[in-house]
Amino acid sequence: MGYPHSHDLETTTLLSRYIGDPEAKTLSGWLERGGYETLRQALVMSPDDITTVVKDSGLRGRGGAGFPTGLKWTFMPRDSGKPHYLCCNADESEPGAFKDREIMRWTPHLLIEGCMISARAIGAQHIYIYVRGEFFPVSRVLNEAVVEAYEAGYIGENIQGSGWSCDLTVHLGAGAYIAGEETGLMNSIQGNRAEPWMKPPFPAQSGVFGMPTTVNNVETLATVPMIVDNGSDWYRQWGTERSPGTKLWCCSGHLKRPGNYELELGIPLKDVIYEVCGGIPDDRALRAVIPGGSSTAFLTGDELDCSTTYEGLAEAGSALGTASPIVMDESTCILSAMRRIAQFYAHESCGQCVQCREGTSWVTKILRRIEEGDGRMQDLDTLYELCEQLTGRTICVLADSVVFPLRSSLDKFRDEYEAHIKTNSCTAT
Amino acid sequence: MSRDLHPAVAGAQPFQRAEREHIEGPIFETAEGRDRLEKILTRYPVKRGALLPLLHFVQEKKGWISADDMVEVAAVLDLTPAYVHSIATFYTMYNKHPVGRHLVQVCTCISCHLHDGDAVLERFLQETETREGEMSEDGKFTVIEAECLGACGFATVVQVNDEYYENVRPETVPEIVQELRDR
Ligand SMILES: Cc1cc2nc3c(=O)[nH]c(=O)nc-3n(C[C@H](O)[C@H](O)[C@H](O)COP(=O)(O)O)c2cc1C
Ligand code: SF4
Ligand code: FES
Repeated sequence: MGYPHSHDLETTTLLSRYIGDPEAKTLSGWLERGGYETLRQALVMSPDDITTVVKDSGLRGRGGAGFPTGLKWTFMPRDSGKPHYLCCNADESEPGAFKDREIMRWTPHLLIEGCMISARAIGAQHIYIYVRGEFFPVSRVLNEAVVEAYEAGYIGENIQGSGWSCDLTVHLGAGAYIAGEETGLMNSIQGNRAEPWMKPPFPAQSGVFGMPTTVNNVETLATVPMIVDNGSDWYRQWGTERSPGTKLWCCSGHLKRPGNYELELGIPLKDVIYEVCGGIPDDRALRAVIPGGSSTAFLTGDELDCSTTYEGLAEAGSALGTASPIVMDESTCILSAMRRIAQFYAHESCGQCVQCREGTSWVTKILRRIEEGDGRMQDLDTLYELCEQLTGRTICVLADSVVFPLRSSLDKFRDEYEAHIKTNSCTAT
Repeated sequence: MSRDLHPAVAGAQPFQRAEREHIEGPIFETAEGRDRLEKILTRYPVKRGALLPLLHFVQEKKGWISADDMVEVAAVLDLTPAYVHSIATFYTMYNKHPVGRHLVQVCTCISCHLHDGDAVLERFLQETETREGEMSEDGKFTVIEAECLGACGFATVVQVNDEYYENVRPETVPEIVQELRDR
């Protein structure tokens, strides 16, 4: 896909303004575009003032859970006397999501600027950007930008003569989806297996290396500079009361124009699919869409009128998640798609919790058996029972993540499962 | 060139490359190894934090991580070899066996599954005449199935060493394999 994406619906390019502009990657290009001006402003603001603007803007975390960012920052202790850390979560591995990659490979300085401003707000002395190991082409671009920013005095000692110092290290992962979970991520930075830990302790009390830590997603941190620069009311002119602003949407699956689009929150899901992405190739019918990445519930073609906000998608019975609609046309075998999703979670379970380790692989095996024509009707009851066992009983929510698509597919596409079991046939056309 | 690496990024170099060095014996006793170790250690308050970056360095140079390498990494970080082994086996990107010059990872996860990812994987295996995870006889290829590579809008996504190939179709595979073979 080329950039900028052309489409019929008007989009709001705030965050993605320089995506596709190769000049914006370099420090000189970034400075020409007004880069690091907001950091300069932030250097003369108090940490509390920075936090207040972000809090008032209503910005919600873009890593999947949608937790209010400014509020999260207030959990950090004030005069703890300990070193504080900011971890930027660039592990991006939720199937369907590919937005953080675009931010980093086109506008690495935007992310660095956002990291520095946020670090100042929470009193961090060191920032780790945890980039998933596979993103080599991205980390090359990011590394270059980090070195440039160090050399120009936007990172390091006595930043721009302000007396404030903060370091930044790029830390590459090594292939583990679970390192995207915030406590797994911090364990991984410490040189441990990326196993999540049971909270409490929460990161703000005892995070990476046992010190107060905030973990934020790439897109969250990259949104911070424009809010600090323009104010919270400005940001709130887009979106809704509970879902302010714009968001990058990662659209994949059966679409004429898949890709990343920045959209004001609140556009009907139908318009994202049919207007922004041009609909489905050959104008086939839509069978299902998973609106927020693989760990959100299936919606059918009759459920597309909902608005693309945190609250709108929750009302529709799904979730905004990472804003990554995966579109499936009428030729898609839902059973096989669900099996592939379950296989992902079985592969990525870290194995600490029995329910998750065993449950995700049982789900996969049962779905595969049905797919191969050896299913029986009791399998459906077992799958529902597994949904129960996988919900709310484990250290992290990876286990719950497989339940959302699984249960909704069983509820909404029961005819599909039954056809496979009873006649070894598929209801897809 | 690599000796000028900034410490902030010294632990984050792409660690799966086609070019490998055949370094005999301990790697952290070479000038480059010592330099990298020193720089990486400055970035973490405790030595153990350097573990993933040091394993990356070994793989960057050698293409895979042997039991002897794990013993050496353990020694420089005051960890036990068993602990290092437990880390190297937890993370999927660390190769515990030699792999072909071109490590081909084909995503078959959901968005790629919807775009014939399975057929793309099959085709790569056919064209390279290997079974999944097995090195081809000429040492040029190892093909494996991958989970989501984070580029789902450009399915099917294939990673070859430190490069991404996007929008790969089963029918474009022979061309890619030929191009890699000729490199
Ligand atoms: C299994 C699992 C995987 C996750 N993967 C990611 C990820 O790849 N990237 C991310 O930013 N957040 C991920 N999260 C969410 C993080 O735990 C955390 O909430 C987030 O990084 C916080 O940032 P935010 O408040 O800016 O959204 C994951 C959570 C879970 C349970
Ligand atoms: S729920 Fe699964 S992934 Fe999460 S900690 Fe338990 S075993 Fe690990
Ligand atoms: S599903 Fe293949 S790259 Fe995400």
